[in-house]
Amino acid sequence: MGSLVTTVLVVSGLGALLALLLYLVAKKFKVVEDPRIDQVEKMLPGANCGGCGFAGCRGMSEALVARDDISSLYCPVGGGECMKQIASYLGKAAAEREPMVAVVRCAGSCENRPKTNRFDGASSCLVASSLYAGDTGCSFGCLGLGDCVAKCDFDALHINPATGLPEVDEEKCTACGACTKACPKHIIELRKKAPKERKIYVSCVNKDKGAVARKACKVACIGCGKCAKVCPFEAITVENNLAYIDYAKCKMCRKCVVECPTGAIVEFGFPPRKVAEVEPQTAKTE
Amino acid sequence: MMKTFPIGGIHPSDCKKYSKDSAIEQFPIPASVTIPLSQHIGAPAVATVAKGDKVLVGQVIATAGGFVSSNIHSSVSGTVTAVDDRPDAQGNMKPAITIAVEGDEWLEGIERDGAQKSLGSLTAEEIVAKVKEMGIVGMGGATFPTHVKLSIPNGKKAECLIINAVECEPYLTADYRVMLERGEDLLAGAQLLATAIGVDKIYIGIENNKPDAIKYLQALAKSQTNVRIVPLKMRYPQGGEKQLIAAVTGREVPSGGLPIDVGAVVQNVGTALAVYEAVVFNKPLIERVVTVTGSTLASPKNLLVRVGTPMSALIEYCGGMEGVGKVGAGGPMMGRAVSNIDAPVTKGTSGVLLIPTEDALRQTEGSCIRCAKCVEACPMGLEPYLLSTLTQRGDYEELEAHYIADCIECGCCTFSCPSYLPLLDWVRIGKAEVMKRMRERAAAKK
Amino acid sequence: MSSQKLVISPAPHTHGSNDTTRMMGDVLIALLPALVVAVLAYGFRAFVVTAFSVVCCVLVEWMVQKFMLKGPSTLGNLSAVVTGVLLAFNLPADINLGLVAIGAVVAIGIAKMTFGGLGKNPFNPALVARVFLLIAFPVAMTSFPEAANAVTGATPLSMAKEALAAGEPVSSVMQRVSLVDMSLGIQSGSMGEISVVALLLGFVWLLVRRVISWHIPVCVLGTMAIFAGITWAISPEEYMSPLFHLCSGGAMLGAIFMATDYVTSPMTKKGMVLYAVGIGAITMLIRLLGAYPEGMSFAILIMNALVPLIDKYMRPRRFGAVRSKK
Repeated sequence: MGSLVTTVLVVSGLGALLALLLYLVAKKFKVVEDPRIDQVEKMLPGANCGGCGFAGCRGMSEALVARDDISSLYCPVGGGECMKQIASYLGKAAAEREPMVAVVRCAGSCENRPKTNRFDGASSCLVASSLYAGDTGCSFGCLGLGDCVAKCDFDALHINPATGLPEVDEEKCTACGACTKACPKHIIELRKKAPKERKIYVSCVNKDKGAVARKACKVACIGCGKCAKVCPFEAITVENNLAYIDYAKCKMCRKCVVECPTGAIVEFGFPPRKVAEVEPQTAKTE
Repeated sequence: MMKTFPIGGIHPSDCKKYSKDSAIEQFPIPASVTIPLSQHIGAPAVATVAKGDKVLVGQVIATAGGFVSSNIHSSVSGTVTAVDDRPDAQGNMKPAITIAVEGDEWLEGIERDGAQKSLGSLTAEEIVAKVKEMGIVGMGGATFPTHVKLSIPNGKKAECLIINAVECEPYLTADYRVMLERGEDLLAGAQLLATAIGVDKIYIGIENNKPDAIKYLQALAKSQTNVRIVPLKMRYPQGGEKQLIAAVTGREVPSGGLPIDVGAVVQNVGTALAVYEAVVFNKPLIERVVTVTGSTLASPKNLLVRVGTPMSALIEYCGGMEGVGKVGAGGPMMGRAVSNIDAPVTKGTSGVLLIPTEDALRQTEGSCIRCAKCVEACPMGLEPYLLSTLTQRGDYEELEAHYIADCIECGCCTFSCPSYLPLLDWVRIGKAEVMKRMRERAAAKK
Repeated sequence: MSSQKLVISPAPHTHGSNDTTRMMGDVLIALLPALVVAVLAYGFRAFVVTAFSVVCCVLVEWMVQKFMLKGPSTLGNLSAVVTGVLLAFNLPADINLGLVAIGAVVAIGIAKMTFGGLGKNPFNPALVARVFLLIAFPVAMTSFPEAANAVTGATPLSMAKEALAAGEPVSSVMQRVSLVDMSLGIQSGSMGEISVVALLLGFVWLLVRRVISWHIPVCVLGTMAIFAGITWAISPEEYMSPLFHLCSGGAMLGAIFMATDYVTSPMTKKGMVLYAVGIGAITMLIRLLGAYPEGMSFAILIMNALVPLIDKYMRPRRFGAVRSKK
């Protein structure tokens, strides 16, 4: 009986002592943190993709709570809806941004851009691009080894085995921008998301002179400037033998698509044209 | 015991048999040459000629674009047909000067009789100035401007000159032939280099797979008491600057340091010869010895080639592309694969290696079995398996903590991996990124 | 020229003769002398057990790779074959084949493939299986058949341990065993561990072929010898001699073939030495103080667990390492 009492006493005494110790330690090392940070973090999508520029959602929430002006902060994954919600919770003004989507600006499929050599190293665009210009005549285009696919946290990018090029799944793409940073050739761009997945853009980044570009790839932009002339909104600029469509100015009239002699300007999500206009499109997809 | 470097290293079969017995041969001047403006480490040179200009052999056509840069001279006489971007050996468009060849007229002042001349008494400054003017760069492959290497930074003192006559890359025999055929000039060049950096001691490190070169140079150097020929035990990468210094002097260049930190200046055989010709004959660096070799070639050769000659011309001259699956500029361990064989020979092209189709592709990679062969082979004492994994994970802080910046990219790890893992492919990427971060940090500190 | 597609890859463009398959093949060759001794001692049955173990291991690896991991076949690297042979070598020659099959499932299925296959397993697969069987089926694992040359069933180690525990002096124990016989293979024990000479022949082959370096085996055996030597010097009538310890039980097999397993041993020479000293010391502690007569398997497994830690702290000697900052 005596030993039982001793045991009970020792154990409970020890328990009480340790509890006190834990309490004191917890008190001493307590980090006072704004409870709103937790709340904001819960409102964020929790993808930890880094699309906002912070290492993860936690960093973003800390910044959102700490800064007075949060107009420079934006979560591309949560989008305007999410930002509005957070802003109203924090009583600050949210940034308004148009929804974006990643766009692969290269149409150099195996057919359009014949291979001139064969890469045989670690399967990474970064390794290949640091080694040489690429396995085709075009030193600007997609290397097709999928660094962007590997970096996509949302399963929105896949290499199409038929073309050897990555394709963006607009449903899943959150425009976090990880792929644009992963691509050593800087082919992927975030562009304004239009209704019905409509898109018009120059699907080429080749800055070589027209003849060189054309020789390397059938659908290369040759920098002829016809598109810039035909554009009624001055949305197209040609620099270094390469056209670029400013999505802020583009009204999607599709005139440039028809005008482009190589089919480097592509359109997606539009209804088929009238018969008279079909010709250039078939030329493009040859 | 013959000397060698302290840790790591591998023993690839040297494959020098193909070209080692063919004497250096003057390669005919091509119909046109393309001379890139960036043939050296550092800032590209700035073109001083324009389309339509007539140039002579040895005339400056581009001047150094900074201190770490180099002059470029025309290697032929003729008319400049273009100053524009041309694809280099890796297909990247790089600025270059293209010249259509007309005759072979040399600029006045360049002596071409080639007879051995007395060196006279030149000061260090005169030699360095000449080296700079004549556009000499390190010809072992790194192409670091030689005048920069000869300018000893303040507070440091050179104690010895080491001539890198190791040529540890398999297949290559250009330096070997130079030693046998131009031994006296080479020694004279070495003396000039020693004067330029103000040292008396000259070591010439040669691997023991070239016994005739060792013997020949030993005989030649008998009268020159300050020259010592150091036979070295064959082991790759003995020609690596740090490895060579350790092998010859027993001193290790500290991590992150330069050879001058241990009082050594290393110059390649080809560079020493070029310096001799530049100082004594006023001859700029317009041609170099290139080994064209490979098991598929009918007649592998050592050719004296004008800079700017297309590599394809050399290949054609030696037997053509029959059965070739891969072309390398340089040796098989560190040479870069060539995607555009019409690209020109540059100041740094030590060899053109033709690899047969059956050896061109790598074996299928397996998984790391932790055999530690890469750790054993690494001459810098790094852990390539770890660096490769960390790079793939993108953990650059850990990479830096594991001294990835020390990597000399010699390829011993990939060479010795039994699972055929592309270790160096990844390590190179990681190293580049870490070096970039370190530079950014250093710049931010300033 | 553009008609032929040149291959472009980063340097180096050549590869050494190292190859996983070749190295595993060399291990198999190195194991051959021991197999020959096992067959001579225990008859054809020894070969049957070895072959069956190999077949089981290969089969398990193939099935796991095909149906569970759904990856390409990894049989080509011969590592499953090596594990099969090593597993068999750790079993008595007359063991029930059903137990061998269980051992194969444990070795390959659990100890190796659950971690992702070759190169990722933290513990030596053959040893995990051996220890599993030893604990699950202690009787079957420790009753050894009479060898062809009529040696009694108990291993020298367990015999010595019991005798010493009973108070018998070493000199009388030594009359019952012959070190010469033990080194030739005339002793009782698991199939692969009975002949010191055969195993040493294998060691020489592995060294010549540069499959392993000397560090691990020499340090394991050296530590054991020093350990045993000290106790023996203190009291030669209470403790067996170092030579007895080196020639008995799994000392040789463990030091040469099990402890040197690439996957589960450290990456640096320094680390290897530390790891090997640990194995030697733990083995001797178990042999002298533990309940089991033999401790090699446990020692190796314990040190296997420490390998990540050893790798973290035992770094290779770096070229030009700056000792301290000025």
